[in-house]
Amino acid sequence: MLDTFIDITLLAFLTTTAIAIIKVRNLFVVIMLFSIFSLHSAGLFVVMDAADVAFTEAAVGAGISTVLMLATLALTKDHDEKRPAHHARLPLLVVLITGAALVYGTYDIPSFGDPHSPAQEHVKPYYIEHSIEDTGVANTVTAVLASYRGYDTLGEVTVIFTAGIGVMLLIGGRLTRKRNKEDDR
Amino acid sequence: MKHNLVLRFITKYLFPVIALFALYVQFHGDYGPGGGFQAGVILSVAFILYAMVFGMETIEQVLPLGLLRILASAGVLIYSGTGVITLLMGGNFLDYDILSLRPIQGQHIGIMVIELGVGITVSAVMLIIFYAFSDRRNHD
Amino acid sequence: MIDIIIGHYNYWIVILLMMAGFYTVINRGNLIKKIAGLNIFQTSVFLLYISIGYVNEGTTPIIAEGFTRYANPLPHVLILTAIVVGVSTTALGLALVVRIKRAYGTIEEDEIHDKDMSL
Repeated sequence: MLDTFIDITLLAFLTTTAIAIIKVRNLFVVIMLFSIFSLHSAGLFVVMDAADVAFTEAAVGAGISTVLMLATLALTKDHDEKRPAHHARLPLLVVLITGAALVYGTYDIPSFGDPHSPAQEHVKPYYIEHSIEDTGVANTVTAVLASYRGYDTLGEVTVIFTAGIGVMLLIGGRLTRKRNKEDDR
Repeated sequence: MKHNLVLRFITKYLFPVIALFALYVQFHGDYGPGGGFQAGVILSVAFILYAMVFGMETIEQVLPLGLLRILASAGVLIYSGTGVITLLMGGNFLDYDILSLRPIQGQHIGIMVIELGVGITVSAVMLIIFYAFSDRRNHD
Repeated sequence: MIDIIIGHYNYWIVILLMMAGFYTVINRGNLIKKIAGLNIFQTSVFLLYISIGYVNEGTTPIIAEGFTRYANPLPHVLILTAIVVGVSTTALGLALVVRIKRAYGTIEEDEIHDKDMSL
């Protein structure tokens, strides 16, 4: 009962924040609202029993993403969004049609929290029963991430390494210094 | 910001606490929520907080950009190196059972080493991205 | 009818959040707001996946004494990877915004389009 109440409250906060992000024009306020959105969704992850995911979302979404957006705002110095020049009718129509199609699709999904849905019946019992005897690790998420599906995690580390290289190439230090020196000469 | 007494005091005392918490999360990923990614992000956030209050030059003395590039590559190398070592010892790629005489101990060693690699890479890359965004030459 | 609503309200509100993020991406012209909308869309998709893995009366998937029902760990692993990939994409997108500002002098989409057309 308390679970459902916290769930509904957090979802209401999330909806209000999302609508405020659409409406507000000052970019600094938008970034702060985005950080609040991340933190509330981390709270929602905890209510849905996903502790690792909540940890990562709080650290990454409300931490790193907000800092990077604030740094971009400081570099671009544009503090207010322009009023949109064209009407919102066509995007609103597209969004409504997509939303209606998705809601129509959810009629076949089993109820929220059903312990006998197909997602819980096929692969999950194997991992829950055998993770301690195969790997000796009590946290099944770490066991799956690092041992059963360690190859995917190698790909993920490569992705974040590539992002670091990409940002360094785009706005890193040394290239700009050389080019500025040649412009000044 | 370095003239604000409250910020200076709190940052000086929070920095080791945050770094210790990052190490705790890194090595207790087996028994509770946590693991490499979360620990890497938390450690980099500690350095970013210090840089925001005291200036970029203070952390550039401790962690110059060249060292961060070496650390980022070293993390990926540790991860794939573990896979190659298991290949050389006769098993499949990333098959941790081979790493020790008892398979469970091999799994423990393998998981700890790769989480270490992940943590090092993630913290180094987050700091590299922060350095790139706050580079003084971009502010003109 | 009532039990359909009770069983699915979570999914419907998450779809509403997804559509709010989608609307921000396609309607607003400012590039930083587009990236914020994209992140909202991504986070709502993560909420949808974690809702699929939730079990009533279950607990976090860490094996401990006294618990028999656990949440499904497989969506958690997938979403962990997806969050990290999402932050990589956001960092690269914001770096591109900085370069666009340096090249065009503005980050409003219509002004960039006009500058391109007038070349």
